[in-house]
Amino acid sequence: MTTAHERVAREDLLTFVSACFACTGQREFYSDSRGQGVSIRFLHDYVLGNYRPLYARMLACGINDYNQAEILYRLLASGKDVAPADRAEEGALIHRGLERLPTQRAMRLLARLAEGRVNNRRTRAIVRRYLASSGERELRAIKYRHNFRVAAAHAHVPFDGELASLFVKGWREKVYQTPLFESFRRAHFAQDAIYELPYSIAEGLARKHKVPRDVFLRRIEPRMTNLEKLRLQETTREVLGTAVDFDPARLSPTRLASYVLSLAPRERCDRRTALTAAVEASAARAVRRTHARFGRVACVLDRSWSASGSSEKRRRPLAVALATSWFVRAAAVEARMFWTSPTPDELVVDAVGQTDLVTPLLEAMAWQPDLVIIVSDGFDNDPPGTAGELVAVARAHRLCPFTLHVNPVFDDISLGPKPLGAALPTMGIRDAEDLPTAIAFGELAYGDGSFTRLTDVLDARVARFLADRRADRQAAAP
Amino acid sequence: MTRESFRHTTQSRLELAGLQIGAPQTMGTVRMVPLVRDRFLAVPGTGAGAGAGGADNAPQDLRIAARDYRGAYAVVEVGGGTPDGPGLKYMSFVPHGFIVSYTEDGSPVAAQGASFGPAEETRKRPFVRLMHRMVHREDGEGATARFRMLPLHLAMEGFLALHFNGPNLLWSQYSETALRSGLDPRVERSIRGAWLPGLEEAVRTFEILHAQVGVMVFVADALAAAFVVPHPDDYRRLHRTLLDDIFGELLLHYAILYPDAAPVHAPLDGAGVKTLRDLQLRVARVRADWRTYGELLSAGLFGRAVMVEQVRDMGPFRLERFVPTFDPSVECHIGERIVRDDGSLEYLKTYRLSAIQVKRAYLLQQLAAAQWSLDGLAQTLGCKVAELIVRLTNAGFGYLLKPTVLHALPNAPRR
Repeated sequence: MTTAHERVAREDLLTFVSACFACTGQREFYSDSRGQGVSIRFLHDYVLGNYRPLYARMLACGINDYNQAEILYRLLASGKDVAPADRAEEGALIHRGLERLPTQRAMRLLARLAEGRVNNRRTRAIVRRYLASSGERELRAIKYRHNFRVAAAHAHVPFDGELASLFVKGWREKVYQTPLFESFRRAHFAQDAIYELPYSIAEGLARKHKVPRDVFLRRIEPRMTNLEKLRLQETTREVLGTAVDFDPARLSPTRLASYVLSLAPRERCDRRTALTAAVEASAARAVRRTHARFGRVACVLDRSWSASGSSEKRRRPLAVALATSWFVRAAAVEARMFWTSPTPDELVVDAVGQTDLVTPLLEAMAWQPDLVIIVSDGFDNDPPGTAGELVAVARAHRLCPFTLHVNPVFDDISLGPKPLGAALPTMGIRDAEDLPTAIAFGELAYGDGSFTRLTDVLDARVARFLADRRADRQAAAP
Repeated sequence: MTRESFRHTTQSRLELAGLQIGAPQTMGTVRMVPLVRDRFLAVPGTGAGAGAGGADNAPQDLRIAARDYRGAYAVVEVGGGTPDGPGLKYMSFVPHGFIVSYTEDGSPVAAQGASFGPAEETRKRPFVRLMHRMVHREDGEGATARFRMLPLHLAMEGFLALHFNGPNLLWSQYSETALRSGLDPRVERSIRGAWLPGLEEAVRTFEILHAQVGVMVFVADALAAAFVVPHPDDYRRLHRTLLDDIFGELLLHYAILYPDAAPVHAPLDGAGVKTLRDLQLRVARVRADWRTYGELLSAGLFGRAVMVEQVRDMGPFRLERFVPTFDPSVECHIGERIVRDDGSLEYLKTYRLSAIQVKRAYLLQQLAAAQWSLDGLAQTLGCKVAELIVRLTNAGFGYLLKPTVLHALPNAPRR
């Protein structure tokens, strides 16, 4: 027997998970960043205040980094409210969550804790443990000098060994024993030494030495990571004449989709063979990592004008739709894509036209799949608001299998990804690779769905999150 | 002065010939209803070049492009002189003009943009642009003929010049200037589209359909403007010019008073559905419902009788401007259009008059019908002459009457 409290809790939590997948506080096509920030902050405060133990467990659900950092900050800032019984688990979750965050986000979070004057014993312990983590301490100390210093000073972490002279005395050592520190020191005086440093550190020093941009980029190229090379495609094309080589197959499908969509249609066609191979490799890797298996799947993908995203999330919704297409093809026995406008060649897809979800939905139903996935921002306008009703009617008359609407866009007005209708489960999504998670939560949301089942699922995820270090480390790699 | 519009008119009716009404897209208080041209529907949009090229059988013998005037204030010569000489002028903020290219033999027009060259019309000062007439011929290319027109200002000028010559009989109540130079100066106020709260957001988020050639804009469910061009590519380029168009002040009040349009929904009737075919039919019915809804909302413009004045003969096309029969109790739209010989609507732009503007036009029309006789009109309207004079003054036509007439009114201010 479900009590009213449990029902409300279940709905609240599913709304929150959904929002945490989609929202990054950035500008979207239909709403500005201010509205997004206000909405998501409200959701965080609400769930933290009412369901604290479950709030911490959200860290294990695979939500996006922005919201993980938000959760970590709020948990650390309100340490005294935690019940003694939950303290150990919450501590472990925070530690794992911080470890899993990309370094730049984690360092920014530590600086934010200092700025917010969050300085309880647990926070200090967590910060100390994070800053001391072996292997990466030196790189972090150099690359995030300011944030590292602020966080360490705030949490009373002593500067051991050569860190002291690096931070406190203004790196006046004649010679550092740590190779990275030594390169960093030398790079201030010797131009050639900057090429021993990682690209992001070297860039600032190159400017100090007034190294011409083309010389610098050509010589630093071996030190760039794959993602740095991706970021510098346009720059190197302008400066060097040719873009630096990077391996698109190592990107995640969604990131690869964003990259493909950033190319002009002409160039996509010219590089068709290479891109197709990269797409296949990337999708296959994502499927292996997520263990996704689907049967006969139909995807209804939105490529309307609103999929072009905003200046902050350029073509993000379209990239998610395109990556979903690749991911599902790789994971399903049989798959077919139905775009909102006819798309004979997916590689040259662009965001144009109205959102007519009804026509592709009817085509998808006629194909008789066992699962229909709709990727859309939820603003269907031709005809307006009919897609949700259509699925409801079709489901009622057994003309349509389980249908899930995944939405890469957070709608600040409705405090969640905009649903297509009450009868159609809607889940927020960050990357196409999160599709299995979204399907699991979607079934939970609209199946028999008791509160106990939700907590069981969360238990299992938390156990895996805390145990499965290696797999996560792998997943975090680009 | 013999400058008066709509002296030679034909009665006609505005029809959406060759166009279909689509489902509305609503953002805040602005509802935008797409208009789709039948002959482009045959080609589904494909890939990046959706709609470009058009159907094989779709004639491309009429195209419209915009010319940006960078927000210049314009002085347009309309009386037959030169823009910088003496004579009748139309003055307004004119942010852009339209370049209309057409061929008379049905062949596609020459590539746009290639031969525009520098505009002959020069600016006298950085902020004033001097222009010759509302519609001005430009150099064509081969079979392609071109002219420049000032959208909406063409219609607005026609509206301002209604009965512009003033009294044709020497009635004693009219002032000497009214008898000598007619209604000159005649002034109306409008606001820019970008000033309408919510319009910019609505235009930005509007998702243009593949075969779309036009749009109807509703503010708080009142038809604000209708805009149609010949080709989908033209529309895509001109979509944003809606923000530079002029709108009546009434719509500004509507947009402020009603920040959200009334929620409207066409439900999908699921009763008795057995097969997918049934579902398809139900969806088609929903689409038909939206079409009906669009027709219902735009009934104040389409299907109404209008007086049409031909502005330019373009071979197989006619450029015309129109005014409705002015009636203060219903919505009134003025505008301009290009109609093909077979009656299909190739270009349309309308302006919704504010209530006070309708009232002014109505009074002028009635006065002209009564041979400008105040006594005669008062008798027709069933009121006293003094009341009629008050009405005229309130409508802004006090300047046509002698001061002595105004001072003789029962409640006139003593001065």
